[in-house]
Amino acid sequence: MIDHNLSSVGLTRTEPAPAPRHEPEAPENTPTNPTGTWGRFALICVPYVWLLLFFLIPFVIVAMVSLDEVTVAVPPYLPVIEWGRGVAGLWEAVQHWSLSNYVRLVEEALYWQAYLSSLRIAFLSTLLTVLVGFPIAYGMARAPRSWQPILVMMVILPFWTSFLIRAYAWIGILRTDGLLNQALLSVGLINEPLFLLNTSGAVYVGIIYTYLPFMVLPLYSALERLDTTLTEAAEDLGCPPWKTFWYVTVPLAKPGLIAGCLLVFIPVMGEFIIPDLLGGSSTQMIGQTLWVEFFSHRDWPIASAITIVLLAVLIIPILLFQRHETRRSEEET
Amino acid sequence: MLSRPSWFNITSLVVGFSFLYLPIVILIVFSFNDAQLATVWSGFSTRWYGGMLQNEQLMQAVWITLRIGLTSATLATVLGTLAALVLARQGRFFGRSLFSGMIYAPLVMPEVILGLSLVLLFVAMDQNQGFWTIMIAHTTFSMCYVTVIVQSRLSEFDRSLEEAAMDLGCPPVRTFFHITLPQILPGILAGWMLAFTLSLNDLVIASFNAGPETTTLPMRIYGQVKLGGTPEINAISTILILLMTVGVILASVLTKRQRLKRMEEERLAAAHL
Repeated sequence: MIDHNLSSVGLTRTEPAPAPRHEPEAPENTPTNPTGTWGRFALICVPYVWLLLFFLIPFVIVAMVSLDEVTVAVPPYLPVIEWGRGVAGLWEAVQHWSLSNYVRLVEEALYWQAYLSSLRIAFLSTLLTVLVGFPIAYGMARAPRSWQPILVMMVILPFWTSFLIRAYAWIGILRTDGLLNQALLSVGLINEPLFLLNTSGAVYVGIIYTYLPFMVLPLYSALERLDTTLTEAAEDLGCPPWKTFWYVTVPLAKPGLIAGCLLVFIPVMGEFIIPDLLGGSSTQMIGQTLWVEFFSHRDWPIASAITIVLLAVLIIPILLFQRHETRRSEEET
Repeated sequence: MLSRPSWFNITSLVVGFSFLYLPIVILIVFSFNDAQLATVWSGFSTRWYGGMLQNEQLMQAVWITLRIGLTSATLATVLGTLAALVLARQGRFFGRSLFSGMIYAPLVMPEVILGLSLVLLFVAMDQNQGFWTIMIAHTTFSMCYVTVIVQSRLSEFDRSLEEAAMDLGCPPVRTFFHITLPQILPGILAGWMLAFTLSLNDLVIASFNAGPETTTLPMRIYGQVKLGGTPEINAISTILILLMTVGVILASVLTKRQRLKRMEEERLAAAHL
């Protein structure tokens, strides 16, 4: 199951299951499950309507609120639209709309700097996760066959543990009176405790730690299926190992690499828990800014504007991820 | 890859897995620490586990979290399985790419975005935040995980079985319950487990959608951690980690057994041909 799970989340690819004895003959555009037109309609509609209502429409509301002004009220913005008054109500609301929140995002350094630091942290930590994850995935793929399922499970287990708990585990290690400082002091490497927690270094460690499974599993599944005759051929022809690695192994692992990078980069851009717990005030990522605006300042319109801009930044990586996933699920069928 | 692992491979595995597991092990060890300070060892004690059970606020949070987890996982499994059937079996229809987009996007979408957008929807709908809003929010993002799991299960099994049943006059709904469902059941169970875990672990989306009465366990833990953390938090984390571990191992053993059984059956069937 484990490997199934992750194969589905795009994390690993499983061995192809016992091959179907014959290809399904039905062409793709005729449903093989002709539940009748109405049955089919209902089957499609139930999850479709749910997602439209609770995933897509909320973004329309976020966009509308982002054009509103903050007020001291409950909810803390001018009512978007008085639906009861129909078109007139809509028109009145539209007249109140302004781009002032977006102007603030550009003008006030607090906001655009948070976007920039999120981008920087997301880029750098994706790169670092590749550097840490690749040797692990490579080692897993070269481990004896009988070990591999156990190793895969060992990578997945932390994936099921909450980010909150895993970030908390690092607090105990990185604190000034924490275990790492205690260890370093007792070995005599340092004379006074280092200031480790609430630094950007702690944020990078936390991100690499929590997102490592997302990188290792797709990389492993790409490397595991790699045809060894290719690397052997390169070596037989006198190619030095590092060159074989760079020109043969890495290009063949590219699909896993791309999937892993997207699975890390996109969520890290909006990460809140890790910078909040491990970075403190030393980092200001946009997820923290959004959180503060929403909960502390109760400025929902600016929080909405932050969300819309963040979505705009992420839309291309998200579309790439979707295309990648769709292609993979089509390959499966 | 079959060539023997080199020293470099072995070292990177050892270092990598130590990195992954050491913090968790330390966290578990310190849940048995006698001292109030979470970082200085002062003797073995299980008193934090007892304290945890007597902490009424914490237990209340556990109860709410379990209720939300059970309902949202079940609903997400139903919706996610339907969505998987749509993607794997219904071919092309109007708006299919939008549909699959809405399935894949929540898998990577930052949680703050999902949380904020849903709370604004609920406020616009004049819904009070509480149990139902968190439940719906969790259902929405975890159903997408269920969909991908069940979908990969569906694409794995032999469709001709379904076709044969229907050719022999079995109505579609019955075909689903007699042929399809038993085949994809491990996927559905795995999906339910993942949905339940996601709901149990979620801090961000729950915080946005929680009402004054619905403080979930992660929200309680977060509040405590912000104040510095106590061994009690280590204790509850340890229990959560152990539960997940047992669940994951159990589920993987079950699926493996089912897979072996299916392979055996297929071999027998082939022998009869």
